[in-house]
Amino acid sequence: MADEPTAAAAAAAEADSKPATAALPANEGFEPEIIVFACHYCAYAAADLAGSMRLQYPSNIRMIKLPCTGKLEVIHLLKALEAGADGVYAAGCLEGECHYLKGNLWAKKRVGYVKKLLEEIGVDPGRVEMYNMSSAMGPQFAETAREFTARIRGLGPNPVRPREGFTAHEVVLKQMGDLAMPDDAGSDPTPGS
Amino acid sequence: MITAERKPFDEIYGLTEGHDKVLVAGCDTCVAVCLTGGEKEAEILAAELRIKAKEDGRDVQIEHTAAIRQCEWEYLDAIAAKVEEYPVVLSMACGIGIQSMAEKFAPKLVLPAVNTNMLGMPQEHAVWLERCGACGDCVIGETAGICPVVRCSKSLMNGPCGGSHDGKCEVTTPEKEDIDCAWALIWERLLAQGREELMLVNRPPKNWSKSSSGGPRKMVREEAKPV
Repeated sequence: MADEPTAAAAAAAEADSKPATAALPANEGFEPEIIVFACHYCAYAAADLAGSMRLQYPSNIRMIKLPCTGKLEVIHLLKALEAGADGVYAAGCLEGECHYLKGNLWAKKRVGYVKKLLEEIGVDPGRVEMYNMSSAMGPQFAETAREFTARIRGLGPNPVRPREGFTAHEVVLKQMGDLAMPDDAGSDPTPGS
Repeated sequence: MITAERKPFDEIYGLTEGHDKVLVAGCDTCVAVCLTGGEKEAEILAAELRIKAKEDGRDVQIEHTAAIRQCEWEYLDAIAAKVEEYPVVLSMACGIGIQSMAEKFAPKLVLPAVNTNMLGMPQEHAVWLERCGACGDCVIGETAGICPVVRCSKSLMNGPCGGSHDGKCEVTTPEKEDIDCAWALIWERLLAQGREELMLVNRPPKNWSKSSSGGPRKMVREEAKPV
């Protein structure tokens, strides 16, 4: 789904972004693998829109589609990091606009809890995040992807990254099994239909 | 229900030091209901420990399992094959489950990953309050269904004391939250029941020998023993 960023776009993204820790080196050349748990009703559609609008965002983003971010559990975020993802974020609907009323608020709490767990084990809590957006926010989806990628590039590789290349996405998809929805952009927007 | 809280991560991680194969064992009854030590929480702790160990360059194999109840031999049989593979078990069950596990698989090293804290009830989602001290001599028939043993900070049998103000105890929780005065609650409910004369009953000092002060307790139901 993500277009390969050009050098100019990458430079623009770098300039636009606000790394979590400004003091950290930009880790040029390091291409983080980032897992995005995207809600079917908003962020996933926003990503589609970003694609339709020909907006560029980093190809580091690997999406996993969920019927709602409320389906996301603490263990999924931890497993993504354990599988080697350098950063993970959940992208759910705007607060108050969850299709299932409160799923995004549950996700926010779970992401907050994982941040606490990461602090305990000495992993930068900035490696996980919660974002909110509507399906009409294609540009914001692209901007979030750029911002988070820049943040993770600043933090450097996941200290427990077990491999070369991008493989965490596959591992996490396999572990999640039926919880993740098939990647079928453009099909009917109602899960299960 | 028995409730427990997970020990601080550093303490748990410290317990695993020097070991290269550790099994995190959850219990899917009481500690699962209080969201501390069920299979889900065991899986999370195992993942945390693996990430930390990998960060520290330790070569440790850490997996998780869960028994339906760690406090019963039959349920421990169900996970025995897996437990036997690991020289060290980090149990997330209550103190009863941990000891059952340690006894069943003795002399295997079975270590606690939680602190068992009370017999409580969920007052609301994710909030538990202590309700019973298992004192072995229940008095709540006379105290309007409110236990003075654990709900009064002093376990007074003849309350309230001078530290009760506007229905609150002079003692607060460690988080500085107010505690309801158990004897104020007892008075209000006795009044509602029309049994306020029970406040005038002078109760003698409690016989704590029926509680844990009398040594380890044992209960036998002869009629229910297998023939």
